Amino acid sequence: MNIDFSAEELAFRDEVRQFLSSKLPADISEGTLKGLHLGKEAHVRWQQILHAQGWAGVNWPVEYGGTGWTPTQKYIWSTECANVGAPDVVPFGLKMVAPVIYSYGNEEQKQRFLPDILASNVWWCQGYSEPNAGSDLASLRTTAVRDGDDYLVNGTKTWTTLGQYADWIFCLVRTGDSNTKNQEAITFLLIDMNDPAITVSPIYMLDGLREVNEIHFDNVRVPAANRIGEEGKGWTYAKVLLTHERTGIARVAASKQKLAALKKLAQSTSNGGEALLDNPAFSHKLAEVEIELLALEYTDLRALSAVSTGKAPGPESSILKITGTEVGQAIDELYVEVAGYYAMPFVKEQFMSGFEGIPIGPDEAANSAPHYFNNRKASIYGGSNEIQKNIISKAVLGL
Amino acid sequence: MDFSYSDEQQMLRDSVSKFVHQDYDFDSRRKIVDSEAGYSKEHWALFAELGWLMVPFTEEDGGLGGSAVDLMLVMEEFGKGMVVEPFLHTAVIGGGLIADAGSDVQKQSLLPAVMEGQLQLAFAFTEAQSRYNLADVDTRAELQGDHYVINGQKAVVLNGKSADKFIVSVRTAGEQRDRDGISLLLVDADTAGISRQGYATIDGQRAAEVRFDNVKVSAEQLLGAAGKALPGIEKIIDRATLAVCAEAVGSMEVVYKKTVEYTQTRKQFGVSLASFQALQHRMVDMFIEYEQARSILMMAAMQLDAGKGIAPKAISAAKSRVGKAARKVGQEAVQLHGGIGVTDELDVGHYFKCLTSVQFLYGSTDFHTQRFASL
Repeated sequence: MNIDFSAEELAFRDEVRQFLSSKLPADISEGTLKGLHLGKEAHVRWQQILHAQGWAGVNWPVEYGGTGWTPTQKYIWSTECANVGAPDVVPFGLKMVAPVIYSYGNEEQKQRFLPDILASNVWWCQGYSEPNAGSDLASLRTTAVRDGDDYLVNGTKTWTTLGQYADWIFCLVRTGDSNTKNQEAITFLLIDMNDPAITVSPIYMLDGLREVNEIHFDNVRVPAANRIGEEGKGWTYAKVLLTHERTGIARVAASKQKLAALKKLAQSTSNGGEALLDNPAFSHKLAEVEIELLALEYTDLRALSAVSTGKAPGPESSILKITGTEVGQAIDELYVEVAGYYAMPFVKEQFMSGFEGIPIGPDEAANSAPHYFNNRKASIYGGSNEIQKNIISKAVLGL
Repeated sequence: MDFSYSDEQQMLRDSVSKFVHQDYDFDSRRKIVDSEAGYSKEHWALFAELGWLMVPFTEEDGGLGGSAVDLMLVMEEFGKGMVVEPFLHTAVIGGGLIADAGSDVQKQSLLPAVMEGQLQLAFAFTEAQSRYNLADVDTRAELQGDHYVINGQKAVVLNGKSADKFIVSVRTAGEQRDRDGISLLLVDADTAGISRQGYATIDGQRAAEVRFDNVKVSAEQLLGAAGKALPGIEKIIDRATLAVCAEAVGSMEVVYKKTVEYTQTRKQFGVSLASFQALQHRMVDMFIEYEQARSILMMAAMQLDAGKGIAPKAISAAKSRVGKAARKVGQEAVQLHGGIGVTDELDVGHYFKCLTSVQFLYGSTDFHTQRFASL
């Protein structure tokens, strides 16, 4: 065991730093550090810069254009990105559907979809949850009925993040007759969103912004060639994808950056003439979060090093989801606490990038409560934290 | 010791409760919150008509008695509907400051208008740097002949955009955080030199940033003795603190019940969510938080009415405990509702927002815990 970086790793860190300082656009960096909502254009612009550098496919195998980085290199990458406000890549294409395509897709599908995902030419969204299938995802009711060379898809998907921008959606759909067991009737389909039989309706979140959507499929014709792998095996593929989703979810680097910024903020926030950071009750709470995050960082590193590139991590990754979201939410709450009365104003425009009005209160305060409200989703999405506990209890503890 | 309400109190409670049930469903509230004024003038007129705006005042001042218990039960019912009409800011705080410190002339010229619903007030006391320290006043007023000249800025002035008059805490002597040297001035909101920037708040209210640039006010508008306003401010903020605690207890009662109801209806894995023991225990915890909050609220209201010296300590105890409960109950209600809980369309998320703002209004949970320990 050795806690220090090697000379090669330090050289890699310098390379990453140099890349970020020369290539990360200032507006994107500023917006990310302030926690503003970046639009589609900014995300795509940044991901195409990453692609030009050959660094878009951080977790991808080298043969499909991935970086082939070691776990330590990935750790360095995410830390450096978070420190300077390089946004996370939008996960649906690069981190979610791509692993399923390169792991279970056929050659034609790989050639057709992977290059555009890597280059961020196509915006993907996720069609898993349904109004009546949340934690119990396998009970989903969107049907795909075989009709010649096509499937006819009917149903409703929900919580589709940024689906309003999407060109394609990857979906779990129900195939087979009603006697088929839930999990054996699920098929993984890729569906072109450019179809008049698909309608997208917005859902507004507690911060007042449109982040998620409901997607309605009304007799949507999908070529069977867009099915990944075998009919009825979609659940198996999706489970792999869900564990991939869970690895990034610890969000250690982002939380570390936010915590460091929070400390500075608390240092410069006056509390009866003294720095708020010097208030014993506040500093105690802050320290507890920091210690939890430190433990999480090493839990995350242990998980990363146990997993070789491309291979799905095990059920322990549920720890990362639970603790990572809890730490993130605890940090959000401390931001609200620092803001004090200035957490009260709810001026939507002020926490979207491009705001040019007269700001109310300090920037960090304006975004604190909306962000806290919005991020309550983190312990709900991607398999709620309660479901993660069920996974650990069943798959790890054998209960 | 008696925990029961009098007949009059029961009638008042029933009347507010009936209003919230009949006229303040979530969709109606949303329309009010989204409206230009941010509150309903019709509702306000009704509050006056039903005598609710008289509740915070003594009979001597033309009110209905002004007990803390009365205030508690009105605010609790308001909390159940997340009522946004500025009852607290105009009648309880603004009217309360006038009743407490005003001269007979000031009382006679202003209090009837407040009780009749003709006058909107806002107490401008918080400043960007002050946090919860009521003595931290940097807005200055200088006596020049027969008038004061005010300069400074007040932050997050609730009801500040709709107010006809401000009651402004100003420093007329001493240093920024001195307890002495703070005065209250009554200022017409349209006085030259006042600029206000209004906005919505996270809990559906309205507030404003209010700037005073060489604002001239007659010395007759001084409320109470010059430089001696702090004890009166503390007294009224204690009362406001009790009011928001009561509001939070009302909101908590609604959300814990809604959560129980939702988990009984929502089916996953072929059974209702409520059938999982892991979730049952969490709802039990929400219930315990709510009951503990209610108990300490009632204790504080009764202490305030008893008028003994320990009332401030009781208020801080209540705010600390209610804040802790509000945090837990609000977060858990959202979590147990799942995705729908974090959307704007469901009321639960809005209760969560109200239960968040209460955690730092008139002093955060930590602030009141520390104040409790120091008193």
